[in-house]
Amino acid sequence: MPVISYREALNQAMREEMERDANVFIMGEEVGHYNGAYKVTQGLLQRFSERRVVDAPIAEMGFAGIGVGAAMVGLRPIIEFMTFNFSLVAIDQIVNNAAKIFQMSGGQYNIPIVFRGPSGPAVQVGSQHSQSFESYYAHVPGLKVVMPSTAKDAKGLLKTAIRDENPVVFMEGETLYNTTWDVPEGEELIPIGVADIKREGKDITLIAWSKMVWTCLDAATALAKEGIECEIVDPRTLRPLDVETLATSVRKTGRCVIVEVGWPVAGFGAEVAYQMQKLCMDSLDAPIERVCSDDVPMPYAKNLEDEVQPQVKDVVAAVKRALYLE
Amino acid sequence: MAQILGLPKLSPTMEEGVLVRWTKKEGDKVSPGDLIAEVETDKANMDFNIEDEGVLLKFLVKEGDTVKLGAPVAIIGKAGEDVSALVAEAGKGGSAPAPEPKKEAKEPKEPKEPKEAAPKKADPATIGPEDSANAPAAKKAPVQSEQRAAQGKSPAPAPAAASAKSAPAPAPSGGKLLASPLAKTLAIELGIDLRTITGSGPGGRIVERDVRQVADGGGAPSSSPSKANGHASEDTEEAQEAQPSKALAVRHARQMTPSSDEDYEDIPASNMRKRIAGRLTEAKRDVPHFYLMRKLDAAPLLAFRGRLNELLGDRGKVSVNDLVIKAVALALRRVPECNASWEGDAIRRYHRVHVGVAVAIEDGLVTPVVRDADQKGIGAIAAEVKDLADRAKKRGLKGHEITGSTFTVSNLGMYGIERFTAIINPPEGAILAIGATVDEPVVGKDGQIVAGKRMTVTMSCDHRVIDGALGARWLAAFAELFEKPESLAL
Repeated sequence: MPVISYREALNQAMREEMERDANVFIMGEEVGHYNGAYKVTQGLLQRFSERRVVDAPIAEMGFAGIGVGAAMVGLRPIIEFMTFNFSLVAIDQIVNNAAKIFQMSGGQYNIPIVFRGPSGPAVQVGSQHSQSFESYYAHVPGLKVVMPSTAKDAKGLLKTAIRDENPVVFMEGETLYNTTWDVPEGEELIPIGVADIKREGKDITLIAWSKMVWTCLDAATALAKEGIECEIVDPRTLRPLDVETLATSVRKTGRCVIVEVGWPVAGFGAEVAYQMQKLCMDSLDAPIERVCSDDVPMPYAKNLEDEVQPQVKDVVAAVKRALYLE
Repeated sequence: MAQILGLPKLSPTMEEGVLVRWTKKEGDKVSPGDLIAEVETDKANMDFNIEDEGVLLKFLVKEGDTVKLGAPVAIIGKAGEDVSALVAEAGKGGSAPAPEPKKEAKEPKEPKEPKEAAPKKADPATIGPEDSANAPAAKKAPVQSEQRAAQGKSPAPAPAAASAKSAPAPAPSGGKLLASPLAKTLAIELGIDLRTITGSGPGGRIVERDVRQVADGGGAPSSSPSKANGHASEDTEEAQEAQPSKALAVRHARQMTPSSDEDYEDIPASNMRKRIAGRLTEAKRDVPHFYLMRKLDAAPLLAFRGRLNELLGDRGKVSVNDLVIKAVALALRRVPECNASWEGDAIRRYHRVHVGVAVAIEDGLVTPVVRDADQKGIGAIAAEVKDLADRAKKRGLKGHEITGSTFTVSNLGMYGIERFTAIINPPEGAILAIGATVDEPVVGKDGQIVAGKRMTVTMSCDHRVIDGALGARWLAAFAELFEKPESLAL
């Protein structure tokens, strides 16, 4: 099985879907001639022409809205945000149009659109460019929210998202583009709404998505040296959420730590914690722990930026709390 | 009709108490006002006087148990009444005054509706806590059926029902038994009585490892649920960790059994010690202290005391401290701005002068209060302080005797301490620290060096209430009274 990067996996997914369906097109800032700000759309302009790979001006509200309109008349747009930080100026199109039109038109219009781009803190890009907005979009009925952590998930889920008849917010890990994973060749679709066990273990369940899966994998390796076996469950899609797979693991281990890079207050982990305590009450041996970024805008200084985000040591500490080891 | 007695509030700040001694026996008849027990609170040993009439049918806590405020301690009723249902209820953690809160909203004053009570009585009683010797036999049947329920297809509702029933097992202390849901589920599955287990989690919570340790015959606890069968196969490091739970078990064991070759030992803090720690930390942290020191001529006061004691003969003794208390009280009359406390958005000035006297007792200190000390004679103050101090040492002070002071005096002179600074006793605005009387050379009236007696007092002031000049004015008033002690008798 070929080992490819997360960036390449996304590129393959879009290329394959554009080959398969002439209605699929991509639009966004620098997606064409510059090959994408993060080079995710590398080579697509040459292959599919300016009709299907459209460089947009710096006007997110405008091109997100054009995307919704295009979806209404039968096309299947992929709208790339240079980062999801910039989706805030287009959020009205996403929340009030894309997510609502199917229901408000009495089912006359599907909106088969994908909003995609990098999300979450990168390295020293400042507080306005280091945010993780999955909780905002997961809050909205009418949207699906996908956050792959590996190249394999990225490819399989993006292909499914493009074929979905409804709007999908597809958030890529900004620091994950160079990570690699075994990715099957050709058609392998991963359904939206199915969690994946990234590591098996019997002592404690770590629930994490996107970049935090990697942090948890490192933490699990460190904890295994102390004899603690972590099970890592990656929901992969936050909406819809595969609560059964998560709960099955928590019932097995009796302890749960939820790790997310977003802020703590009303973060998506709070919803996961609610679901887990409700479904696993009689199996829990300790209160569910959450590990989040600190409740502050991201500092620019590198040392502070690292400290604010969940690190391996934070996950290890939370695991030990949940195991009554500290 | 029999009812549960909860632990009453015996001091203004108590949250729990230790039942030191039952002064009645089970089966004794009691009427309102009878002393039934002594309870150690955060402040002192207090009398637990009963307000009801009846027969003490059953004690729910043993002497020496720590009991939360309001938690059941005994059952009172008519002779011969069946108390098993109430025992079970008490074990559920239902606090005494408000039994069965849910379904009986219509008749909140009547503790039991026959319709409701009947099935409930039968139910918890079968796994009932009343008699642990009988428990295993009585328990068997219901536990097994619950176990089947717990293993049923729909895991969420079934164990919920099961553990709801298992939960009532009461802690020996009569307080609420703390156990994680998993520990409860597991205890049912393994047929273990949670009351026999000591919890190692926060606040004594019984967690999975505690149940497993008992299940394993007291051996090292295993960390993982028996049903767990996840084996991570991808990670190569796992090979060398064939029995990972062992490492956990070792850690658990080390945590739970204090090693005898440590370089230290932890002495559990008494209620009083915890209270002192909490209150003084709060005071030193939150009150902006500053200190004023003044060296006083103690000779006239010592002479005055000598004359008073001569007059008293064998009718008692007046100490330096008694005179200090009187002088403090009169100084507070002269400078009433210092008889005050900070209330966040106001300064509260007290109309009456109540002087607290710090008394060292075994394991801590208490501050009994001489009320209206400005209006009492020196002899009355001396007698009162002696009585309070004696009873403080026996922990026999009542709640009202240790609260309400508006200013405190602390004296370490008898230990040879020349001067010290005291921490303010909130919410008071100041405290006066009294040092020892010291023989030292002083400059006499005509400029000659003569032998003198000096005492240093240090006033700790809450700067929110008392500024430097005001504190100095009060100390000057105090000094004048102290150095012209005849004025104390006026």
